[in-house]
Amino acid sequence: MSDIFKKPEPGRFARAWDSDIAYSFRKSPLAIVAATVSLLIILAAIFAPWIAPHDPFNPATLNLMDGFTPPMEPNQFTGNTYWLGTDNQGRDVFSTILYGARISLFVGFMAVAFAMVLGITLGLIAGYRGGWVDSLLMRVADVQLTFPSILLALLIFGVARGFIPPAYREAMAIWVLIVAIGLSEWVQYARVVRGATMVEKSKEYVQAARVIGAHPAKILVRHILPNVMGPVLVIATIGLALAIIAEATLSFLGVGVPSTQPSLGTLIRIGQGFLFSGEWWILLFPSLTLLALALSVNLLGDWLRDALNPRLR
Amino acid sequence: MTAFILRRLAQSVIVMLTVALVAFALFRFVGDPIASMVGQETTLAERAEMRAALGLDDPFLVQFWNFIARAVTGDFGISYRLQQPVMELILSRLPATLELALVSGIMAFVFGVGFGVYTALRRGGWLSSTIMTVSLIGVSLPTFLIGVLLIWVFAVELQWLPSFGRGDTVYVGDWWRTGLLTESGRASLILPAITLGLYQMTLIMRLVRAEMLEVLRTDYIKFARARGLSNRAVNFGHALKNTLVPVITITGLQLGSIIAFSIITETVFQWPGVGALFINSVRFVDVPVMAAYLMLIALVFVVINLIVDLLYYAVDPRLRVDRANARH
Amino acid sequence: MFMKSHISATRSSLMAGIAVAALTVSGAMASAETIRWARVADALTLDPHSQNEGPTHTLNHHIYETLVGRAIDGSLTASLATDWGISEDDENVWVFTIREGVTFHDGSPMTAEDVVFSLDRARTPPSGMAALHAAVEEVTAVDDTTVHVRMSGPAPLYVQNLTNTFIMSKAWAEANGVETAPNFAAGEEAYSVRNANGTGPYVLVERDPEVRTVLQAFDGHWGDAPAVTEIIYTPIAEAATRVAALLSGEVDIVQDVPVQDIARLEQTDGVRVVRGPENRNIFFSYDMSSDSLASSDAEDNPFAKPEVREAMALAIDRNAIRQVVMRGESQPSAAPLPPFVNGWTEEMDAFGDPDLERAAELMAEAGYPNGFSVQLDCPNDRYLNDESICQALVGMLARIDIRVDLNAQTRSLHFPLIENWETDFYLLGWGVPTFDSQYVFDFLVHTREGSYGSFNGSRYSNPDLDAKIQLLSTMTDLEERDALIAEIWDEVMEERIFLNVHNQVLAYAMRDNINLDVHPENQPKMTTVTFD
Repeated sequence: MSDIFKKPEPGRFARAWDSDIAYSFRKSPLAIVAATVSLLIILAAIFAPWIAPHDPFNPATLNLMDGFTPPMEPNQFTGNTYWLGTDNQGRDVFSTILYGARISLFVGFMAVAFAMVLGITLGLIAGYRGGWVDSLLMRVADVQLTFPSILLALLIFGVARGFIPPAYREAMAIWVLIVAIGLSEWVQYARVVRGATMVEKSKEYVQAARVIGAHPAKILVRHILPNVMGPVLVIATIGLALAIIAEATLSFLGVGVPSTQPSLGTLIRIGQGFLFSGEWWILLFPSLTLLALALSVNLLGDWLRDALNPRLR
Repeated sequence: MTAFILRRLAQSVIVMLTVALVAFALFRFVGDPIASMVGQETTLAERAEMRAALGLDDPFLVQFWNFIARAVTGDFGISYRLQQPVMELILSRLPATLELALVSGIMAFVFGVGFGVYTALRRGGWLSSTIMTVSLIGVSLPTFLIGVLLIWVFAVELQWLPSFGRGDTVYVGDWWRTGLLTESGRASLILPAITLGLYQMTLIMRLVRAEMLEVLRTDYIKFARARGLSNRAVNFGHALKNTLVPVITITGLQLGSIIAFSIITETVFQWPGVGALFINSVRFVDVPVMAAYLMLIALVFVVINLIVDLLYYAVDPRLRVDRANARH
Repeated sequence: MFMKSHISATRSSLMAGIAVAALTVSGAMASAETIRWARVADALTLDPHSQNEGPTHTLNHHIYETLVGRAIDGSLTASLATDWGISEDDENVWVFTIREGVTFHDGSPMTAEDVVFSLDRARTPPSGMAALHAAVEEVTAVDDTTVHVRMSGPAPLYVQNLTNTFIMSKAWAEANGVETAPNFAAGEEAYSVRNANGTGPYVLVERDPEVRTVLQAFDGHWGDAPAVTEIIYTPIAEAATRVAALLSGEVDIVQDVPVQDIARLEQTDGVRVVRGPENRNIFFSYDMSSDSLASSDAEDNPFAKPEVREAMALAIDRNAIRQVVMRGESQPSAAPLPPFVNGWTEEMDAFGDPDLERAAELMAEAGYPNGFSVQLDCPNDRYLNDESICQALVGMLARIDIRVDLNAQTRSLHFPLIENWETDFYLLGWGVPTFDSQYVFDFLVHTREGSYGSFNGSRYSNPDLDAKIQLLSTMTDLEERDALIAEIWDEVMEERIFLNVHNQVLAYAMRDNINLDVHPENQPKMTTVTFD
């Protein structure tokens, strides 16, 4: 991890992106497969309303009697056939997975975005101001790093419950989840950005900018962000996989999106109850989707990390 | 040095108090303990009376103050759910969690370092790629699913290992109950330890690999090679040694998250540790146990941080506040 | 998924003596006499009066005994009382004849004094059983075998409240400082929480809360010696793990079997599943009195309109819920009381097929041609498949344009909503421990005041009905009383205060050489176990 976080040189990332990265990508079959799988799942999730044969989030279209239809077999009551079968509420598993991946990815991307914005902002402030602000922020980061993330998420969920009026809880659950997961991941971004900021702020162009009256913070943002884009991208990729898994874990603890609008994690939690009852498809297909998604995103992160590190080439 | 330690201790106390404060602010939103404490025939007036008797109606700052005042004397009250003193309850469950965390931590460390070194030295080899990819499965599925799948395969289908509990336990000393000394105790430990350790193992493996790759490219190693030292001596005597310092630090810092993730593992395997106790307490809104558990976690975390700080201080006195660069 | 082998070895106990005893008997016999029993949650305490809670009573029934017991069919049986009835001289007094020759586990004989002590302890706060004895004024021992319980007025059904009130030793309680039930606010553990001295068929050998509890048959018990001589009781919270433990042969009886696993377990070699109706009803109810609903987009309160309530009754497909959500393991019914309960009739339980067209007409008549939205509050860890039932209803109501947001949460968050009238629409399950309709009326129908209506989340209030309900508790002519009960039910069903779903069906899974019947209050007794 450490290798890429050290003193990025200006402009390297931009150059690397054009040539080396693309080359390295073409040379790595694993990266190509991982990218293809991730892209397929992400596209399928985005276009779920157009691809999915049913809308599992619209309760009016569900027929309970369709429940527990095995894959590719007609239902014993309704005679309907579903490609991947149906779950305990008569929802088409294939459609539910697409919609569930949509929720999982939304939570993942938003949590990463939240962590990234928070981390980068605090990193810039800590690095630029230095002194007690820096000490305080880094101390908070230490606390954050050692304090168990799932406990933190549970705490945030508990607090949010108190502030959100009951009527909005269902709608707000997903945002609370995003904040809870995002909050536990901001530290790494802050560290990287802080390091880079400390290096840059003493450089002449920042001093010069200050002399001509431009706000140095503006300069910093413009110059530092491109430099740290590489490591930030790696953290974000791994973070996306982490956030998706964290969402699933939290759903097991009873914290998460409502079961009428399940994420992949919620689907797995529900499916887990059918492991011994014979309805294997309710567990298997969402699990495989989650595995494929998280695995390929992780592999991409791995590849990206190595590819962006010039010394490992 | 004294001033440094005192400052750190003061900070630790503040952190503990903050955790307790947040915890107490939160308990009001977890649910109503009375609802799970009384039968359905209890009248609303009696419920209100009971709530008042337990001090649940007090403003939360008052409740908080009462809790702190008693906690400093070591009194955490009695569990609403199990009617036992909370301190005793937690102490009786703690060995189970610590044994599980320790065994899975060691497992994660040994396999993590082993695989990490191998994949760093044989970078690009097919076995390395396989290990790297397969190990990712451990972080690409939620812990609870891995646990349930292990139970299904090894307990139900193969019937090699127990599906739940701690097996037989024996007392070592007055209160430490260990499962490590009995056969069924050790057998019961395997599946939960794998479930809990898989994630950490992957983490450690990746870290060791990255650090090794880094160190192997330093001038120091190139120089060692140039001096004609054997590959083995270079790889293990120099490279690994330099790698292990950050790895051990991070593993230590992960102890908190191992204990936290044991909540899930313990629930799946009915492991009688503090994690399962906490989850059951949350469901029942057993406020005294929840408060004590969170304080325990805060304490573990504060102690780890303190040790790390002191170690850094001992290693390099210049590192007063900033240990960030060594720990990402 | 098949049984590979039957693991017969008992888990060796901490107690060396027991371990030796188990080893000296042949393998088959050892497994035949020891029952390893798992269920979802442990007893909260061994104190006989502290908690009025299912798993606690179930375990305590093995260690302690009550004056009267409850048979599988719901009828009362003699236990520590051999005879009981209302005094011929005073209709306010219940007379109990106490069984002779009963001893506690510590060897001391049980006397009428112990019964008086126990009943007094049970009705004194902080006992969790106090509410069931609220009408008791005084308990006295007339002689060694006769106990009088004086009520504040005629209480023809009081004996029904005694099936979970255990008798403990006065001397033991005094010696150990547990003259009253444990007080949570006291801050220290009562001796009776983890120690016990009852008259029951089993003696407590080892108690490790939430890990395991070991009981052994009591030689000095007055009844027939049970076939099961040792019980190892283990809570297993996760459903999948619980089922796995049975499939892998690590436990012999699983009490809380998830409904979806029943069919598969029945087909598994070496495993048998028994099922039976539980004394518990699952229903929805709604705020029918407020002017408007907090969670609804309707200006007024749709649930206040009889047409809407009728439309909902026509939209719910109880048979589909039974077939799919409950996997056939429920008894769909229209009335919120189980068939065991006095006052139940077949007619009130009957329901027709769903009729969405008629329901839509009714919605339009009520002034909601485009429907309305509302939040449904639902527990997700209290009743069998509670959240799935709510989910199914969301779909069914969506067809008549009632747009339901589902708020499923843990029981400790759900029930206060009903208690504090913070829910517009909710799911509730109700067991009737007294096996009489009055219990339903008292808590669910009567206006909320005093000890009445604490679970009346519908805010329903009908002074006429309240007067009739209050009259029930003092009526001694049971025929007249039954007629009044029927009258009240007519009104309750007419008003559609409840949208009933079904009666729960319980299932116990066990090794196929074990016979154990399902108990309507989910309190299986290992004394009733026989082996093939």
